[in-house]
Amino acid sequence: MRLLSDSIGRKAVMAVTGLMMVLFVVMHLLGNMTIFAGANGINTYAEKLHALGPLVWVTRVVMLVAVLAHLVISIQITLENEAANPTKYAVDRALRATFASKSMIWTGLLLAVFIGYHLLHFTIRALPGMVLGTDALGRFDVYAMVTDAFHKASIALAYVVGMVALYLHLSHGVQSLFQTLGLSNDKLQPAYGAGGKVLSTIFLIGYGSIPVLILLALAGK
Amino acid sequence: MSAHETMNLKLIVWRQAGPNQPGRFETYEAKNITPHHSFLEMLDVVNEDLIKAGQEPIAFDHDCREGICGMCSAVVNGVPHGGQQRTTLCQLHMRKFKDGDAIYLEPWRARAFPILRDLVVDRSALDKLIQTAGFVSCHTGGVPDGNAVLVGKPQADYAMDAAECIGCGACVAACPNSAAMLFAGAKVSQLAELPQGQVEAPQRVAAMVQAMADNGFGNCSNHYECEAACPKGIKVKFIARMNREFIKALALEKVGAVNTARLKSE
Repeated sequence: MRLLSDSIGRKAVMAVTGLMMVLFVVMHLLGNMTIFAGANGINTYAEKLHALGPLVWVTRVVMLVAVLAHLVISIQITLENEAANPTKYAVDRALRATFASKSMIWTGLLLAVFIGYHLLHFTIRALPGMVLGTDALGRFDVYAMVTDAFHKASIALAYVVGMVALYLHLSHGVQSLFQTLGLSNDKLQPAYGAGGKVLSTIFLIGYGSIPVLILLALAGK
Repeated sequence: MSAHETMNLKLIVWRQAGPNQPGRFETYEAKNITPHHSFLEMLDVVNEDLIKAGQEPIAFDHDCREGICGMCSAVVNGVPHGGQQRTTLCQLHMRKFKDGDAIYLEPWRARAFPILRDLVVDRSALDKLIQTAGFVSCHTGGVPDGNAVLVGKPQADYAMDAAECIGCGACVAACPNSAAMLFAGAKVSQLAELPQGQVEAPQRVAAMVQAMADNGFGNCSNHYECEAACPKGIKVKFIARMNREFIKALALEKVGAVNTARLKSE
């Protein structure tokens, strides 16, 4: 039996790496919410987070491995599934499959692109025209960097699109991971489904509110 | 519609002369169909008309025509067995349709199920899964004495629910990935639940997962189309059970507790 080539083994890796990413997204959202406490809130949070030093780097490396494993296996599995089902029905009627479940590979790839863009933007800070200053207490001014970016409608829109992809991906993905890990049955499965939808809605509203509210605040001025 | 009224329907049917030959849709009229006709009887009527007209009748699989053998197999308007819950195609009746309806009829479509002719596909890939991993290799002898092998009522019910599968392949036909996870999951779960099957559970799940890949089936994406299409109501909890059995077996093998290399077959 092989974890990385058997069908269910690879699906288990998908599930575990997916769960790791969901947990990361929960923590990231909690951190991001400090922006609603203003410049002092998110700048303090950012400084304290980076003061963790090695822990931050361990998390980054672990998450990078998880993302890459998730990505590589998903492409592999999708290609295999396409090959297993080469001829489609003339009448394509789904009974239980949803738009979210059928577009997992596309929302996933969109998220991969989004993650690359987001890292270049706010982590590596390598995009042109960014506001990279310090606040009155001499800390890096995350607040100014973020609000400046989201004052541009195109950037705000890109983030909202990313979060819609995340919503779709997780509204299928969360319940799917429990099924794949064998932690599901008749009674639990609907609960996982509902829980996944609630969680992905929280992500959509929580993350989406940041660019939208910053942009609207500007429009209201 | 009263019993005396009849209806006329338009059938758009996949016709294919043989394996690896090009197929196409042909349109036929189904005339004077009563609400009491089963779907297959309706096809019989159409075929009699075709034979009288000197044309080749539509080939379709069927046997018991009472919903228990798993032979009938056609995708009706995009749904295997026509979409009436827990109903095989032979038990679907024409009262579910109305005069003038257009009905698309297609064969099971999956790489693992090559088309033999028209609506008939070769489902022996499912037999190969059973031959490779769907058995227990201990001698169980004749019918055991009552209460000689103790099986709890919940376990017996669970195993029976899994064993309800008639092997029609609708799960594979409905699956966007042409996966056989529901079929395989039901068998793995049924045997893993019972004392006779528990001993070889790790070897069985390992062999089953390999056999699915070897026979051209896809991977599971948890769309749950299979459960919705299954005429016997087999649930995806059995796929979760198979996933659980797989992870358990993999862990046991990694620590050296079992060797899953081979399932004994005699």
